[in-house]
Amino acid sequence: MPETTPHAMDTLDKRPGVAKPDPILVIDGVQRRFGGLKAVDVDHLEIQRGVITALIGPNGAGKTTFFNLLTGFDTPDEGRWIFEGDELGGVPSHKVARKGMVRTFQLTKALSRLTVMDNMLLGATGQRGERFLPALFRPGWSKQEEANRVRAEELLGRFKLLDKKDDYAGELSGGQRKLLEMARALMVQPSLVMLDEPMAGVNPALVQSLLEHVTALRNEGMSVIFVEHDMDVVMGISDWVVVLAEGQVIAEGRPADIMSDRAVIDAYLGRSHDEPETDTSTPAPDGPDRTEE
Amino acid sequence: MDLEAILGTALRSAVGPQAAVYALLAIGLNVHYGYTGLLNFGQVGFMLVGAYGLGISVATWGLSLWAGIVVGLIAGVLLALLLGAPTLRLRADYFAITTIAVAEVLRLVFRSSPATPITGGPFGLQSIANEFYALNPLTRGIRLGPFTYSVNVSWSLIVTWALVLLATILVTLLVRSPWGRVLRSIREDEDAARALGKNVFSYKMQSLVLGGVLGSVGGIMFAIAGSTVNADAFRPQITFFAYAILILGGAATRIGPIVGAIIFWFLFSGVQGLVRDAQGADLLPGVLSGANAVGASALILMGTALVLLVVFRPQGIFGDLRELKLDA
Repeated sequence: MPETTPHAMDTLDKRPGVAKPDPILVIDGVQRRFGGLKAVDVDHLEIQRGVITALIGPNGAGKTTFFNLLTGFDTPDEGRWIFEGDELGGVPSHKVARKGMVRTFQLTKALSRLTVMDNMLLGATGQRGERFLPALFRPGWSKQEEANRVRAEELLGRFKLLDKKDDYAGELSGGQRKLLEMARALMVQPSLVMLDEPMAGVNPALVQSLLEHVTALRNEGMSVIFVEHDMDVVMGISDWVVVLAEGQVIAEGRPADIMSDRAVIDAYLGRSHDEPETDTSTPAPDGPDRTEE
Repeated sequence: MDLEAILGTALRSAVGPQAAVYALLAIGLNVHYGYTGLLNFGQVGFMLVGAYGLGISVATWGLSLWAGIVVGLIAGVLLALLLGAPTLRLRADYFAITTIAVAEVLRLVFRSSPATPITGGPFGLQSIANEFYALNPLTRGIRLGPFTYSVNVSWSLIVTWALVLLATILVTLLVRSPWGRVLRSIREDEDAARALGKNVFSYKMQSLVLGGVLGSVGGIMFAIAGSTVNADAFRPQITFFAYAILILGGAATRIGPIVGAIIFWFLFSGVQGLVRDAQGADLLPGVLSGANAVGASALILMGTALVLLVVFRPQGIFGDLRELKLDA
């Protein structure tokens, strides 16, 4: 579904590593090797503030590994990245989250034996009651807890989970858990939300509602990066698409451009699907605008 | 068979100082396992350092009781830090293996001959609680139904159960706070806690220290109750008894460890009494008639009872089955 309305990012160059007008995250030379395999090898990538960036790529392209690196859940062999002016390489995951870069997981991590409300309250940052000694004196933190509870109820209402707030999170359906995880991430008040396959394993009826929530995040001024390999989902809601294959950024651009990008088609369908590696005479099936790798 | 006497003895141990000590161990384990999901198989190690911290201070260094208690508590904190620093970042199974090994190594080191000048080696240390009993305000022992505790036992019994109560209140306040919520989130999924900005390592360490120190308090009261410390009292099965108590009462419940300890000691002592009497009356088959058979048969019966408990009431007495059935 090609976009027809003009977009601020339309004027940008469609080449990997292109500079963005207002990047929230700038990544330089990040590499992660597993033995001889370079799982992630990103030279330069900038993520624009206030838009939805989709990170796509075939299975095994290194999308989740890249996510893990950026959020401190894995350590790169090389490279650095700057988020909101702070160097984040080597920073532990919990500090990354406190800086405002909050992720969700491909396999939903609802905290089963905590209630939905407790899941939400956990997300609030700077809680006095989370420190050992102050925790003993309820008056010291009850006001803050109440404020967090109000905010949590607002979010739960928005995600249609308010009537479930006293249930255990483990009692929710798969789709509801995805919603809870997203709502919980918002309790951290992030500036950049990183969603790892938010639609994976979700009932198709819920996909539309999830997409609307993702769009709503952007409309509130948050930046969103999400990993997905379903192209249709990506084309519908993203403002910018980054394509990863074999650990490298092979293309980036507006969704419509990516759809017709030769390198992307090769990556998805396999390089040799219709031509031998060395033979360039065969015409490409989908447009000639092959991006350099 | 004198059932009344057996029942009396069983009741006596159910509320005796020993049960209170085990309740303290189990409350500590509840913080580790019940709330944080830390599989500490070396709780007896915390008990040991608490007991020896007091014993060595008083008997070897000639310090006062209070100094000894402080040393025992500090020893518990140090053990938690030493144990946790290298292992809490690793996967849960590495931590579990390390705890059981460290507790057993501690026992062997403390009972070794070269350590005799300090720890008393295999003979242990005696007369370490005179100062404690000198503080005894009681003039006669507590009478509970058919039996009376001696004056000294009554005193250690009151103090130990008071500490159990204090520990329960402390842990309850903590686990109901946002601090406790972070612990429970780590039990469920530590990556999720991390992704929400919680310093998982630091919370696991706090949990390990808190539960460990409660174990050391148990050790201190254990040493006081017997007025001695002996390394062979700190065998690995003590940790497993404490786990049995915790699971019996219900993990992650507030009064589970207390009720668990009372029932455990009632059954354990009752079964031993029954087996001993049955032996005396020549009611048991040959294999169960030796002198060592009493302890062994009691353990067999307790083991069977635990298996039945886990099969028919896996959540323990106070646990919530609904909670248990959720996939973690």
